[in-house]
Amino acid sequence: MHAYITGVLTGAHFIDGDHSCAEGAIAAGCRFVAGYPITPSTEVVERMADRFPFVGGIFIQMEDEIASSIAIQGAVWAGKKAMTVTSGPGFSLMMEHIGLAAMTETPCVFVDVQRAGPSTGLPTMPAQGDMMQARWGSHGDYSIIALSPNSPQECFDLTVHAFNLSEKYRVPVMVMMDECVGHMIERVVIPEANKIDIIERKVYEGPKENFQPFDAGRDLVPMMVRAGDGYRIHVTGLTHDERGYPNMSVSAQGRLVQRLVDKVRVNADNIIMYKEEDIEGADVVVVTYGITSRTAIPAIEQAKAKGLKVGHLRLVVVWPFPEKRIRELAGKVKSIVVPELNMGQMVYEVERCAAGKCNVVCVPHAGGTVHQPKDILAAIEKSIRGK
Amino acid sequence: MPEELYDVEANIPANPIEDLLRMDRIPHIWCPGCGIGTTVNCFARALQTSGLDLDKVSVVSGIGCTGRVAGYMRLDSFHTTHGRAIPFATGLKLANPELKVVVYSGDGDLTAIGGNHFIHAARRNMDITVILINNMIYGMTGGQVAPTTPVGATASTTPHGNFEETFNLPFLAESCGAVYVARWTAHHVRHLTKSIKEALAKKGFSFVEILAPCPTLFSRRNKLGDGLDQMEFYRDHSEIKNGADTKTVALDFQSKIIVGKFVDKERPTYIDAMNAHYKAKFGDRYVPSDEIRKLSHA
Repeated sequence: MHAYITGVLTGAHFIDGDHSCAEGAIAAGCRFVAGYPITPSTEVVERMADRFPFVGGIFIQMEDEIASSIAIQGAVWAGKKAMTVTSGPGFSLMMEHIGLAAMTETPCVFVDVQRAGPSTGLPTMPAQGDMMQARWGSHGDYSIIALSPNSPQECFDLTVHAFNLSEKYRVPVMVMMDECVGHMIERVVIPEANKIDIIERKVYEGPKENFQPFDAGRDLVPMMVRAGDGYRIHVTGLTHDERGYPNMSVSAQGRLVQRLVDKVRVNADNIIMYKEEDIEGADVVVVTYGITSRTAIPAIEQAKAKGLKVGHLRLVVVWPFPEKRIRELAGKVKSIVVPELNMGQMVYEVERCAAGKCNVVCVPHAGGTVHQPKDILAAIEKSIRGK
Repeated sequence: MPEELYDVEANIPANPIEDLLRMDRIPHIWCPGCGIGTTVNCFARALQTSGLDLDKVSVVSGIGCTGRVAGYMRLDSFHTTHGRAIPFATGLKLANPELKVVVYSGDGDLTAIGGNHFIHAARRNMDITVILINNMIYGMTGGQVAPTTPVGATASTTPHGNFEETFNLPFLAESCGAVYVARWTAHHVRHLTKSIKEALAKKGFSFVEILAPCPTLFSRRNKLGDGLDQMEFYRDHSEIKNGADTKTVALDFQSKIIVGKFVDKERPTYIDAMNAHYKAKFGDRYVPSDEIRKLSHA
């Protein structure tokens, strides 16, 4: 299915990542946004508030991020596609409702334009410090999907994709931007509506008797109904059975949590996206995501000019993590270098998958600005010295 | 003799609110003497006579004993997180204004952890009905002090007595902008049923506070007897004062309880204000959300 034509601003634009993200959401069919102002994400909701009256959308500025992150879930159960947008401190406040969305299988999108933390940190400066929080921030076991755009164009493309994944798997999907990508102004091309692929949730329209709203088929994703359609569903954050009724048994917990985790794990190969360059025959692979993928490029070029064989793997989907590919590469290369605008987060995943088969080097940065390419270059050189 | 004559159950008339309950979830979890079930009965009877299309009624609860109400109602029902029933209901209502959205939760859930949402939904005049069961305590977690615990009462976290000022909830609701405010007790079943029916019919933020006994964790700890004793207390110490100034209806420990309908006024709802504003500003260029909803499901 294709994008609904209302609201798709087909054409070339010169806009920043935040605005591009808003356009991506509108093109994806998002018609409900609840948010609370926080730098550097606010431009996303400002654009939604400006555009929504003309495309049949509702934006509401809630009293806090906690309210925003659950108001969108109410809207989803009334049939809308919905999203909220925030940055670090707000993202922290939303964690409980990421768990609720995972538990109740409520498709919704969380955009986090990351800034440097912890706490209030550096409100207007970039970081990538929320990557582990995106995956593990809510209590208990569940799965989510997280994407990491590295340009305003990708802020559009991946926001559309985030809605599609969310609708398909009924999981919360995070768009993990950062201040640089959010505020970077570049050319963004928005395709014609009929060139934008849209996935809608599977809607149940069968008999009302004995309908079990959380009875999933072979793809592990149950069909959805809306409040008001006469199915009289019950939705709870408690452990529940296929009927949606609370069930405090060990077996119900095991069955439900296993499925919530498996939904993404089993489908990981279909969800995972990364981009590779010059991997074949490389001695060193630089693994990046988001803005760091762009600061790594000059470092990789300089290393190549010095005669080193360096490849580049950029994570587009960060969660689920491409375990198989990293495992495979670790058996072939001498080292993997992981620059991140944090003190080392995704590098733990790389180390786990490399399992000692190659040298894994973290290039940490506490955030506030981007890496100096020379620091990444030094790490590349150091990573294979003596190997 | 024919076996049917001994079938006692066959001669018990059906519970008149059965069609509104998830009977496959009964028995419920509430303690003997708890007042929540009585309020559910009143709510169900109000719904039955409300004329509402029950397929379009959603109940949203938070966490706690009263938070379990959503799970027992055979309606679209959402059992959300602690304190956040109101913002969930806000999203539900805005996304489909045809729904009648009822928030049914407890005093701690709605006015402590959820207090921020309560005041802002009232300020916006969000078109939802909030039914608050005030048992003056956190029941499910074992009887801790709440913003509604009277001064002088004992709770598990105020073992030497509570000295914190107590919320006067009708005054709070009115001052934040609620268009319908009433208070009853679990003893006033007829008044309460009528009041819930009025609240359901009201456009805007309607609020009904219901005092209900918690014999297990409030009455017992405060040596107030059992559920029946508390109901007798409500009967003997309540005074109906419709239209009373909400400033004057604060509750004290085992003192007189002022009940009645205190506020019933008109004010544009959030959705009406939004539509009117954008229509005046943009005319035909404005595309209301419900039009898109109808289009996309035509």
